[in-house]
Amino acid sequence: MRRHALTSASLALFAFATPAMANPDVIQQAAKPEQWVLQTGDYSNQRYSKLSQINRDNVKNLKVAWTFSTGVLRGHEGSPLVIGDVMYVHTPFPNIVYALDLKEDGKILWKYEPKQDPSVIPVMCCDTVYRGVAYADNTIYLHQADTTLVALDAKTGKEKWKAVNGDPKKGETNTATVLPVKDKIIVGISGAEFGVRGSVTAYDAKTGNRLWRAYSLGPDNETLFDPEKTTSLGKPVGKDSSLKTWNGEQWKIGGGSTWGWYSYDPETNLFFYGTGNPSTWNPVQRAGPDGKPIDQKWTMSIIARDADTGVAKWAYQMTPFDEWDFDGINEMILADINVGGQQRKALVHFDRNGLGYTLDRVTGELLVAGKYDPKVNWTTGVVMDKNSPQYGRPQVVKEYSTFQTGQDKNTKGVCPAALGSKDQQPATFSPRTGLFYVPTNHVCMDYEPFKVSYTAGQPYVGATLSMFPAPGSHGGMGNFIAWDAGTGKIAWSKPEKFSVWSGALATAGGIVFYGTLEGYIKAVDEKDGTELFKFKTPSGIIGNVMTYSHGGKQYIAVLSGVGGWAGIGLAAGLTNPTDGLGAVGGYAGLRDYTALGGTLTVFTLP
Amino acid sequence: MRPGIALACAAMLALLSSPQTGAEPAKTEKTEKDGKWELPDGTPTYNITADGTVDWYTFSGFRRYHSECHTCHGPDGEGSSYAPGLIQSLKNLTYPEFMLIVATGREVVRADKQSSMPALGNNRNVSCYIEDIYVYLKARADGALPRGRPAKRIEKPEAADKHEKACFG
Repeated sequence: MRRHALTSASLALFAFATPAMANPDVIQQAAKPEQWVLQTGDYSNQRYSKLSQINRDNVKNLKVAWTFSTGVLRGHEGSPLVIGDVMYVHTPFPNIVYALDLKEDGKILWKYEPKQDPSVIPVMCCDTVYRGVAYADNTIYLHQADTTLVALDAKTGKEKWKAVNGDPKKGETNTATVLPVKDKIIVGISGAEFGVRGSVTAYDAKTGNRLWRAYSLGPDNETLFDPEKTTSLGKPVGKDSSLKTWNGEQWKIGGGSTWGWYSYDPETNLFFYGTGNPSTWNPVQRAGPDGKPIDQKWTMSIIARDADTGVAKWAYQMTPFDEWDFDGINEMILADINVGGQQRKALVHFDRNGLGYTLDRVTGELLVAGKYDPKVNWTTGVVMDKNSPQYGRPQVVKEYSTFQTGQDKNTKGVCPAALGSKDQQPATFSPRTGLFYVPTNHVCMDYEPFKVSYTAGQPYVGATLSMFPAPGSHGGMGNFIAWDAGTGKIAWSKPEKFSVWSGALATAGGIVFYGTLEGYIKAVDEKDGTELFKFKTPSGIIGNVMTYSHGGKQYIAVLSGVGGWAGIGLAAGLTNPTDGLGAVGGYAGLRDYTALGGTLTVFTLP
Repeated sequence: MRPGIALACAAMLALLSSPQTGAEPAKTEKTEKDGKWELPDGTPTYNITADGTVDWYTFSGFRRYHSECHTCHGPDGEGSSYAPGLIQSLKNLTYPEFMLIVATGREVVRADKQSSMPALGNNRNVSCYIEDIYVYLKARADGALPRGRPAKRIEKPEAADKHEKACFG
């Protein structure tokens, strides 16, 4: 029965081909507005929902439908997912996953709690946050703090496979969600404050086998940068594009971690992400052999890679030779918008360095770079003249250069602070208004770099910094803004007492949601930021607002539970050392407003 | 093991085995040698003059604390949402106890809480400056030093430079 065997073989081949259809699965699932299948809402990272039952007129009537305590006290970032009748809720370390039954007000269908060595806790800079699980093909993908990647059966919570991506003993940890693309799971890594060497890695979605790894820095065959085919600002990057921008072997402990949000464009099969700061925070220790600044590629960069091979198509370094810890990892939002009178396939990115970038996502061409906080002072802006040797580079203001001020000296009044004009808290794009809605920090700093030594698994920082609310402004530490990425201008800005550390959500109801560190969830008008609704949840919100629909009703859900980097500086309140004691009294700490505790709050209309 | 680490560890052991440690100091008069202040029992301490000028080591402790410790223990030793405020802890901890915890770490694993203080004994950014970090935090715990960067300090003594070079490499 040779023929039969052949048929079986082709059947098997067909079955094998199905995983490649997993990509359509995510696309199809994400296209249903009643669901929320990826942390980012969909591949484009727009965080926009077509649901419109809750709208500008009735949002004021929102009531709590049900709540759920996660049982964990640490900072809760990310959001739940909803697929069909089931909601998936994750927690920070120890990274519990709950499957909740939406038909029964969140009854627990299954709970998965991994066993992790607690020694991973202190190697996670800035709290043991976790930005959530991802869904594809009836599988929930959990990426634990200790870098163990686990595939769980979405129905039962049973383990399908496990893979280990890094070594916490060297300071390699994870806080990010994963990106399921086609038959692969693409993951990043944290630990630039511990001198890790950042990378992205693809695992086989069915087996957990490692398929490829692309480092942020190092030789071409390890960064998967093709000297001829990979471009930056329209030109081939050339040979050793990373290596030749480092002093000696510093790249081996050079940082460039990859812990942000990833987006994917099915049209070009490219995925997009940002790389973090070079290690250490002391730029003097990273200077070139001639004692001058050196780029340290490809840290602080936006990178577009082929999802099948990992090979880089293009890259753009935003902050060459970082002197302030302006990690470039923030989300890459894909949207087709009007730039200079032309419809462009754009990638929009709000960087820690305070600049909002618009690039052509196909070619990597730089279209717009503008300050999305008017207080940003470390740079006069990015050179946009293609004929200038400085094309694409930010021009550093001497007064705020921690390198030029020097080691063991205090550089004062740098805006933004190291936590950036925005950190990981993702912005949202509304195709209705064509505007981006951005949760921001309005914080400045003094920064003093000094010499440090590297020990594997130990902090490798080398700077002391003091943060304070942006001087000469409204006195608060945050703004929620609307941004025109076509022109690089702020459309409107709503002041907030604390940094807005919560991911935003725009909906077809004409409203935009976000949370605040005091614990308020707020809904504002997409047109002008007018506050239409607010409710104080049990703890400060650093999670992302999401929406779904079940049984014909639209719901809004958010995790509260203060912590994260916000929980370090802001819990105690910030002081301006140049103001002396006066500022302490005048600036109350977050701990006067909220305490720890992970809770999910779900809202709906009565 | 690098010489700096060996030195720091030896210093820690010497202190831990010292019969004086833990005992109440008979006198509270502190003394100064090469810009470094200590209590009669040998415990290092801070010196802050009436106009707010701090000794070098207290300033150095401020810097190193805000590089190595503050990402968990918060700015100015005030604590964070997940690690204790050391300005409270240092009200009770003795210097040897402080050294031991910093060098060897501490783990708390309970049903409601898992926390983990790493062993920093082999981290020269900490071990070479452990006295500095202690006197800074002690000054904060005693209410002798306000929050923020110390406004004035004395110049780095030659002895501090020497120690740094020997320990740090």
